[in-house]
Amino acid sequence: MLSLEYYLVLSALLFTIGVLGVLIRRNAIIIFMCIELMLNAANLAFVAISRSLRHAEGQLFVFFVMAVAAAEVAIGLAIIVSVFKHKETINVDEVNSLKG
Amino acid sequence: MTAEHVLFFVFGAVSLIGAISVISFRHPIYSALSLIVTFFAQAGLFVLLGAHFVAAVQVIVYAGAIMVLFLFVIMLLNLGTLSAKSALKGKLKGLAVVLGVLLAIQGVYIAMTAGTNTALESAQASTEAVTTYKIGELLFSKYLLPFEVTSLILLAALIGVIVLVKRENQTEN
Repeated sequence: MLSLEYYLVLSALLFTIGVLGVLIRRNAIIIFMCIELMLNAANLAFVAISRSLRHAEGQLFVFFVMAVAAAEVAIGLAIIVSVFKHKETINVDEVNSLKG
Repeated sequence: MTAEHVLFFVFGAVSLIGAISVISFRHPIYSALSLIVTFFAQAGLFVLLGAHFVAAVQVIVYAGAIMVLFLFVIMLLNLGTLSAKSALKGKLKGLAVVLGVLLAIQGVYIAMTAGTNTALESAQASTEAVTTYKIGELLFSKYLLPFEVTSLILLAALIGVIVLVKRENQTEN
């Protein structure tokens, strides 16, 4: 059985790539994909620890994370579509009407 | 070097390469396709961990439903030509990469030392393996309330999307 650390290190690396994507990309859709990447890294850590402790709860929480991710994507993409209709762009630097 | 090691490194490498491709491709369609590759590699890792139910849901919900939604919106908005100048300005991008590398070092350090964490080891480990049967049993007994709240979240998302789209139509009329 592979030890827990391998999976946790992989999960940390995937999460960091997601954070980096949110920081350096300005395309709203790609920022959304990076958020999905981060949620998936958390799921990997959940399942790895669930196996290591032999508790089913870890896999249960993955189920809840997936439900929240699905809701977030549906709402987020609807917002992106309506922003695009108003502004003709989804570059987050150009969508700054609320900036004081 | 067992078969599990080999499979872990193959799936891990594929998911990391896919993740890096997501943030480095200029065209959002290529990013979305790389993300699907990452999701499939992670489903493989879940199978390796013995979480067959989660692996199946990963492929069906993430690689299936969610990514189709992404591709649908990218194609609907026809974004390929718009995102040409999507990169951040030089100085900020450098800062972001430095901060990201710092975060990676911290994350890897915490993950490496997690095995020696006493809290994790003292948490009582049951002896039986986690099966889909057990997940279902927990989901409909101990975690029934969170499960129902999840359905409320999905309902709220459904209504939210309808409201967002409907307001758009009324202004046009």
